[in-house]
Amino acid sequence: MTPAIELQGISKAFGPVQANKDIALKVLPGTIHGIIGENGAGKSTLMSILYGFYRADAGEIRIHGTPVTLNDSQAAIAAGIGMVFQHFKLVENFSVLENVILGAEDGRLLRPSLAKARKELRALAHDYGLNVDPDACIEDLGVGFQQRVEILKALYRKADILILDEPTGVLTPAEADQLFRILRRLRDEGKTIILITHKLREIMEITDTVSVMRRGEMTATLPTAQTNPEDLAQRMVGRKVLLRVDKAPAQPGATVLEINGLCLRDATGVARLKSVSLTVRAGEILGIAGVAGNGQSELLQVLGGMRPAQGQMRLNGKPVDIASPRADARTRRALGIGHVPEDRQREGLIMQFSAWENSVFGYHHDSGWQRYGLMQNAAIRDAATAQMHRFDVRPPNPALEARHFSGGNQQKLVVAREIERRPDLLLIGQPTRGVDIGAIEFIHQQIMALRDQGTAILLVSVELDEILSLSDRIAVMFDGQIMGERPATDTDERELGLLMAGVAPAGGA
Amino acid sequence: MDYATLLQVLDSTVRLATPLLLACLAGLFSERAGIFDIGLEGKMLMAAMLSAAVAYVSGSVWLGLLAGVGASMLLAALHGLASITFRGNQLISGVAINFLAAGLSVLIAQDWFSQGGRTPSLMAGARFEPITLPFADAMAGVPVIGPVYQQLISGHTLPVYLAFLCVPLTWWVLYRTRFGLRLRAVGENPAAVDTAGISVVGLRYAAVMICGLLCGIAGAYLATALQAGFIKDMTAGRGYIALAALIFAKWRPWYALGACLLFGFLQAIALRFQSIDLGGITIPVQVMDALPYILTVVILAGFVGRAIPPRAGGEPYVKER
Repeated sequence: MTPAIELQGISKAFGPVQANKDIALKVLPGTIHGIIGENGAGKSTLMSILYGFYRADAGEIRIHGTPVTLNDSQAAIAAGIGMVFQHFKLVENFSVLENVILGAEDGRLLRPSLAKARKELRALAHDYGLNVDPDACIEDLGVGFQQRVEILKALYRKADILILDEPTGVLTPAEADQLFRILRRLRDEGKTIILITHKLREIMEITDTVSVMRRGEMTATLPTAQTNPEDLAQRMVGRKVLLRVDKAPAQPGATVLEINGLCLRDATGVARLKSVSLTVRAGEILGIAGVAGNGQSELLQVLGGMRPAQGQMRLNGKPVDIASPRADARTRRALGIGHVPEDRQREGLIMQFSAWENSVFGYHHDSGWQRYGLMQNAAIRDAATAQMHRFDVRPPNPALEARHFSGGNQQKLVVAREIERRPDLLLIGQPTRGVDIGAIEFIHQQIMALRDQGTAILLVSVELDEILSLSDRIAVMFDGQIMGERPATDTDERELGLLMAGVAPAGGA
Repeated sequence: MDYATLLQVLDSTVRLATPLLLACLAGLFSERAGIFDIGLEGKMLMAAMLSAAVAYVSGSVWLGLLAGVGASMLLAALHGLASITFRGNQLISGVAINFLAAGLSVLIAQDWFSQGGRTPSLMAGARFEPITLPFADAMAGVPVIGPVYQQLISGHTLPVYLAFLCVPLTWWVLYRTRFGLRLRAVGENPAAVDTAGISVVGLRYAAVMICGLLCGIAGAYLATALQAGFIKDMTAGRGYIALAALIFAKWRPWYALGACLLFGFLQAIALRFQSIDLGGITIPVQVMDALPYILTVVILAGFVGRAIPPRAGGEPYVKER
């Protein structure tokens, strides 16, 4: 059978960095092919070449046996390639219909195009189970539906090769299942699908064949049935990786954090937190699961002192002021609360500042780092260097600006800063978002070590796997409320998935 | 205020709203495409000077208009080059254009005509003449609507009608054509346009050039229709008022018409009633003159409510990896 896609000797360099090295790949039509690899392994570059964003320095692309030159997206679309990006490329205040026809209009006037697209969408909805209201405004749709619009966009342009870049990152387990159902259906109708992901479980679940990329090279291509997660992880990282966190049973001590009836309304008056009550004890990890946007971020921000709220918060039995404007992140840190914020690039680091400067932010008032208002730069630099070695930050150069580190190493900088203060309570949000497997392993070990030293840890993550493997207890948030709490040993993905979708369990809780 | 005075004020409202409207629609095209343009003022000013100069020398208002539009589009291209091609700061580029035009227009006028930076007064033929619509004089006798037709609707110069026609035209282009869809999209999310295989740069240049065209007409109107020649700083902040009207109108064409008429009305009031006597207190003429500008500040300070500008506005588009 002629491969739907055939790549030969694809190379691409950005300056001295060889992003893709002599890549060869064959994907048969009517299959789902997974591409897995760490951040910076060259997956995105390869896909950008396939979608005409970059031109390869060398190599050949054949689509259904015909050599093609893909100089821009238009050429890729013409060749039948559709792309669903990780960050959707939708115009938020346009309707579904307008987004679908954008760039694929039939003439200078919109009316006929819109009418045609409306009919076409109905047919696609019928053929593939892709139901979306064509007149809905994108910003009113949930992420799952926005993603469908992206798929519809590609199908409307007659794509028969569909590339999906990390498609499940923003979905609930149920939504992800639904997406996979759609993908299988598309495959059965003869479409070729390329799935880029870092989630080993997804590769195992849905793909027919899988390729592994490491440092710009395609290190293996094999049928999914002939491999397993451990094997794939090893091929990705180049060494053996522990996928499960080694975890001794928790030895919970005294209650460290206690919150009661925490309520928060945002600027537009929408309730973001609805009477949230939680406790976290010393030496245990409380995981907060939930689909992004259900109040977890706000909870972290309130606890971390980044925004005021109503309700009670006690730390080691003493009440903490969370309502007054004077209650800020600095006073929270002074009380012994460390915070690894969800968005390291916006809240955790100042990207244009060097690693050593970043290593003291939030603690730069401490007497060790400043005297009479003058920063003790030499001392900070020395401490930062040592810290970077302890946390295996690469490259271990404290003078390098934060933005020049990879995602995993940026996260290590933040985690190191907060963990090494030995806080009583550590708030940690999305500790491994956009972080390589190797660094994930390391960060998880650090979190476990901190727990075993008796720190109370509140972990927020949208990765259910991460919540399940790290937490001792798991609370699920939905629509600003705690839907339920379970011991980690006594629950599973299905039950948590239901809670995440807002379905209260029968006879539970 | 009697009926005749009211008509006079409304008539001059229309005249004064015209340059605002053209500039406002110019800004609308540019900003809807994601390019903020604070340089409307400068483009109008340059167009006013060059159109007056060329119209004087050639004796043809059409050549004047052409020259004015050309000058404005040249400055628009400069703004495009700075903010689209070189991804510079759009505000700074706009401010630079305003300064450039303020200085250059006077300098050139002085060099050519040696009349203290103004151009000589334009004679008939070198100005846009009022157009009398059919039956205008015949209908003048009809009570109430007769004078409205004769004075308010008829008897304006060509650019006035053009400006008001531009409102439905802009609406139609924006919401009923492919170009409009893409233009609005590129101001909201250029990445969506880019991945759809459409040139972000091309679209934005098109928008900026349309902006230049409309500003050019606005400038030419000032010097060859509203007045008879160019004088120093004759735009008098109209470019900024147009920007305020644009925000007030939340970047929508029909609302822009309303906003520009409001600002035009205030200018007309200020022009007609130089000082108002309010039972012992006389409001000085300066206050009346300042009224449109004061209102601009008030409106921008919060009367608008939440005006959401195009989301990608002001940000140069850089393709991500």
